[in-house]
Amino acid sequence: MKTKFSKRIELALADSQLRMNFRGAMDFLRNKRQLAFNDVEEWQALRKKGAAIRQDAIQRLPELLTQLEHQCQQNGIQVHWAEDGNEANKIILNIAQQHNAKQVIKGKSMATEEIELNDFLEKHEIDCIESDMGEYIVQLDNEKPSHIIMPAIHKNTAQITDLFEKKLGISTPSGDVDALIGVGRRILRERFEHADIGISGVNFAIADTGTLCLVENEGNGRLSTTAPPVHIALMGIEKVIPNIQVLPTLQRLLTRSATGQHITSYLNLISSPRKKGELDGPKEVHLVLLDNGRANISQDEKLQSTLACIRCGACMNHCPVYTRIGGHAYGSTYPGPIGQVVMPQIKGFKQEGELLDACSLNGACGEACPVEIDLPELIRTLRHRKQESSSTCWSKEVFIWFVWTKIHLHPWLYRQATLLMAVFRTLNLNYPKGWTRTRTMPKAAKMSLHRQVRERSKTKKKKENE
Amino acid sequence: MLNSLPESPQVYLFGTCLIDTFYPKAGLDAIALLELAGYEVVFPQAQTCCGQPPYNSGFKAPALKIARQTIKLLSSKDIPVIVPSASCASMIKNHYPALFQKDTSDAQLAHNLSLRTFELIDFLADKLPYGQQLSFPHCKVTLHQSCSALREMGVASAWRAILEKLNNLEICFPENKQECCGFGGTFAVKSDAISAVMTEDKCQNLMATGGASILSGDMGCLMNIGEHIKFEGQADPCLHLASFLVKRFGLNHED
Repeated sequence: MKTKFSKRIELALADSQLRMNFRGAMDFLRNKRQLAFNDVEEWQALRKKGAAIRQDAIQRLPELLTQLEHQCQQNGIQVHWAEDGNEANKIILNIAQQHNAKQVIKGKSMATEEIELNDFLEKHEIDCIESDMGEYIVQLDNEKPSHIIMPAIHKNTAQITDLFEKKLGISTPSGDVDALIGVGRRILRERFEHADIGISGVNFAIADTGTLCLVENEGNGRLSTTAPPVHIALMGIEKVIPNIQVLPTLQRLLTRSATGQHITSYLNLISSPRKKGELDGPKEVHLVLLDNGRANISQDEKLQSTLACIRCGACMNHCPVYTRIGGHAYGSTYPGPIGQVVMPQIKGFKQEGELLDACSLNGACGEACPVEIDLPELIRTLRHRKQESSSTCWSKEVFIWFVWTKIHLHPWLYRQATLLMAVFRTLNLNYPKGWTRTRTMPKAAKMSLHRQVRERSKTKKKKENE
Repeated sequence: MLNSLPESPQVYLFGTCLIDTFYPKAGLDAIALLELAGYEVVFPQAQTCCGQPPYNSGFKAPALKIARQTIKLLSSKDIPVIVPSASCASMIKNHYPALFQKDTSDAQLAHNLSLRTFELIDFLADKLPYGQQLSFPHCKVTLHQSCSALREMGVASAWRAILEKLNNLEICFPENKQECCGFGGTFAVKSDAISAVMTEDKCQNLMATGGASILSGDMGCLMNIGEHIKFEGQADPCLHLASFLVKRFGLNHED
């Protein structure tokens, strides 16, 4: 059972090392992104274009998915549909068992995190190893990713050095990032050779050619999808785009928003398994299309923009809450603003609704989003939906707003209330508790603005009459 | 020669509940500035709150009722509505129209009100008689751009511009000036732990600038910042931009 979100927040805030790691990393990423988008007009134009592309794709989801399925099959890619995580896991397990697979090498994929694939496969005695350096690090420490792009961003170099020494028995000179990467590379190379299956995510799937795009920097994505004899790609159904012409816009937005890069080191376009006469590439390619609540979201006019997300992570990098508590505190697959929007929709308010509270609606996420998702508005809308769907009719909060509404809907009552506050202004109630944790209580003025304006016009009239 | 002076144009002032109850001086200063700019200020006594607190806290129905009441109140005259707070202005300007079903008469009224609604400092920026300001010795102030001013309302540049027109004034910005101060209305109470840390960071950055006053056009942020600085045992250096301007133009009114 998970601890309460508020408890996890307190714990994260008390960890000064963690806070320093996040603040430093987020400031660095924000600055890099800023430099990549230094031409504001160009950025706004590109963003408009990207938003339109994504919006169009979401509107035409069924049509594009049918086309994608057909084209992939034409290319020799086997397509599977999974309604939820459980189904997706079973499909993947089934393929693995058909090949007697014992070892799986994984490229970075948040969708596989969403369905908790590693745990599932390991229960069936299939060994899963993450090949993205960040993912490898968190896996080594039995953790989950704390960021969707940089899974191990919560750790600094010294902590990773210690981890490698403890878990792998390999010591590296302190502060030497290259040495650490060298260790990871050595170990992973070996695993690539022996893996029975490679599993990856998908950044974009092109419907009219049946092509899967994989954006990455380490080359592990390319190896995971080419070295093992079988490649399984898992994608959320919203990742489909109509054609390759729209790809450059999205690619530019994605890499600049995520890491401030103009282009990533690798852009993989996978269109088929190994063809006759070809010397390398997997003999089988499978595409698993994961719904897990997405089709429902696409039907909801007010919430469907959730699916426009291209998973760049800019919203979390710009979020003052995420910057302070980090990804683990959210306790969800997707942290930060996009997580606060996605998780309650795919897992329900009962399980993930509390995520919605950790937002001051400051708007920094929406401003940074490369595809113009109005994240604050989505959070606000979901707060309304959560309240409307709440089964408890009376709670402290409901009662407070009930009284508040009564007062504010009756101007006379409202004026009496401010008068009362003015009369009892010196009473130090120290309530509400949360406020006084780091602030004194504001004191009501001796005379409200309403009253002072009234008195002012009285004296004015008096003067005029004289 | 004219027989009678032309009537001054009228504007509504929507004072906001926070200013009404806690900081009426900022409201009076707003009136003084609007009058200086040649407007007659209409202050409807039946105004209460814009409805933003429940709206942002998940309670849409109360917000809708309050919005209806406020729209009615501010629609008897077809004149500008001036709000001395970017976040409350944004509630009326940006969120009221979205509350109602398209093509209903409520939506039409909300849309009309939206077009007439302005944040105070943005409205005043090109209307004040800058030649009439008093002379002051060199002074350093720190500007806190509220999130609503920066983003939903896009008036933060007007705040800066108005200060730049004042004599002998050095304007400072804190580190991470684009970051939220941690107020966020009920967020400060509901997510108190995070809010507290955000507030502490913001105040530290603001104080580090060494400005004599912390200025902003959002009393919510200033209440959050000021009460924290007081909590730390120091005097509250916060001032609404309107109050600062009133001093600069030598406008006196009884408190």
